[in-house]
Amino acid sequence: MTRASRFNVVSVALGMAFLYLPIVLLVIYSFNASRLVTVWGGFSTEWYGALLHNEALLDAAWVTLRVALLSSTVATVLGTLAAVALVRFGRFKGRSLFSGMIYAPLVMPDVITGLSLLLLFVAAGFARGFWTIVLAHITFSMCFVAVVVQSRLVTFDRSLEEAAMDLGCPPARTFMVITLPIILPAVIAGWMLAFTLSLDDLVIASFTTGPGATTLPMKIYSQVRLGVTPEINAVCTILIALVTVGVLAASIVTKRREVERRRAERLAAAIP
Amino acid sequence: MTAVDAPRIGEALGPAPARRARWLVLAIPYAWLLVLFLVPFFIVLKLSFSTAAVAQPPYLPAFDFSDGIAGLLDRARQFTVDNYLWLTDDALYFRAYLSSLRIAVISTILVLLVGYPIAYGMARAPRRWQPTLVMLVILPFWTSFLIRVYAWIGILKKEGLLNQLLLAVGVLDDPLTILNTNAAVYIGIVYSYLPFMVLPLYATLERMDASLVEAAADLGCTPRRTFWRITFPLSLPGVVAGCFLVFIPVTGEFVIPDLLGGSDTLMIGKTLWAEFFSNRDWPLASAVAVILLLILVVPIVLFQNQEQRRAEREA
Repeated sequence: MTRASRFNVVSVALGMAFLYLPIVLLVIYSFNASRLVTVWGGFSTEWYGALLHNEALLDAAWVTLRVALLSSTVATVLGTLAAVALVRFGRFKGRSLFSGMIYAPLVMPDVITGLSLLLLFVAAGFARGFWTIVLAHITFSMCFVAVVVQSRLVTFDRSLEEAAMDLGCPPARTFMVITLPIILPAVIAGWMLAFTLSLDDLVIASFTTGPGATTLPMKIYSQVRLGVTPEINAVCTILIALVTVGVLAASIVTKRREVERRRAERLAAAIP
Repeated sequence: MTAVDAPRIGEALGPAPARRARWLVLAIPYAWLLVLFLVPFFIVLKLSFSTAAVAQPPYLPAFDFSDGIAGLLDRARQFTVDNYLWLTDDALYFRAYLSSLRIAVISTILVLLVGYPIAYGMARAPRRWQPTLVMLVILPFWTSFLIRVYAWIGILKKEGLLNQLLLAVGVLDDPLTILNTNAAVYIGIVYSYLPFMVLPLYATLERMDASLVEAAADLGCTPRRTFWRITFPLSLPGVVAGCFLVFIPVTGEFVIPDLLGGSDTLMIGKTLWAEFFSNRDWPLASAVAVILLLILVVPIVLFQNQEQRRAEREA
């Protein structure tokens, strides 16, 4: 093994250890019998049992789940439309403003987005709560969806669409029958990204919420400020497990579809 | 409007419905972003010129067109730049902006230094390993930001795991104080933002033509010189993209300085949050946001242009 490649292996291994060690430790210590989070007192699942009786936490989890499902679904529709407009409509009037409004939210600090949306809801006289969080989450996550779908659309072979339309298929139907199935993996990835962004958001939800709507990150945050507790470790472990299973399942499904598609393409090419 | 698309769609459906469908595809997301992304900034701007009040909502409006001309003139007299004078008057805010920028610059450099070797190693790894490595970098990004920051509290605190380890090994005699210092903030930022740097870097390094490096080596260039003369310059687009993705959000970061930093960690996101939630001074919080936005507007526009160019290059 050469010196350079050993350096590469070590840097990747250290990088991965850095990325995963804190998460692994957090998961391990969620099974700690001791209430002192950093002193190991034996294996126990009592903190997971305690969660089932924590009504406030379960309520917050339910609110978060509903917000995430609603906002990610609407954001996926809006983001996909935006991506189609960006990639397919060429140069239209107001294009730079439009693409600016797509890219800016990706890097905009949460405190600015949160404050500005709150002031909009106050000015419009909206009752703040569940629905204002949903609207806020749709707004920033649709931009992430748009970028993900856009990157798939630009590498898309347009001759398939053109063939369908030459054969008399109307544009809307062409989109549903040809385009959508092909970009579907990107649309699903966009939906998942929007879903986890919503699940994850503390700052924007804190600004735009009202009485009665507390999300899980808000609940976790208010407890974390009081100190590290094994219950919080247990909640975090459950969330990590859900996200990991979801992402891995999605990537396996996508990979399998990809393999099948390649095989179909090879078969098609083999037919004279 | 592209000349290429219009006739084709027109042939299939007749021009009028096709044009209406196109219009809708664009108008729905456009209108949404105008109302929920652009308009709110003008409301923030307007509110930053208002006076705080003990009311619900807690401010006196600067302009309100519903009052007619007389009301408008009356309001105009209440138009105030006090919030901005206040911000320039009190050194605390100035120091918070400076400190945010300093922390953002230093942590962007740190993320680059940590991220580059990882991305380089990934790009040079065996082909069949690369998708898995990319997946491994993306996976923590999917898990909650808050959870990842929280995980560091248990590691960095005085009786935490890092100190336990260092004491047990015998490196230290007394535990280090890391939590609630700026060092903890840097660790938290490097940790949380690492995927944002590694992924664009990997993307450019992986696309790079390996024969260039081989050619340099064949011509007698040392590995170090090859890296600085060939590899690094070619990876600059990735470096720039990664730096924007880290620098801009970090400048306004709230969660990391709040949970890992100490009371002396000044960052503008924390200040804005405190003005809004603790002091309930919405107009001052808006003025803080407007100035933060003015500081970030140049990097944000540069980032947008770069992303747009990238999207067009791919297309």
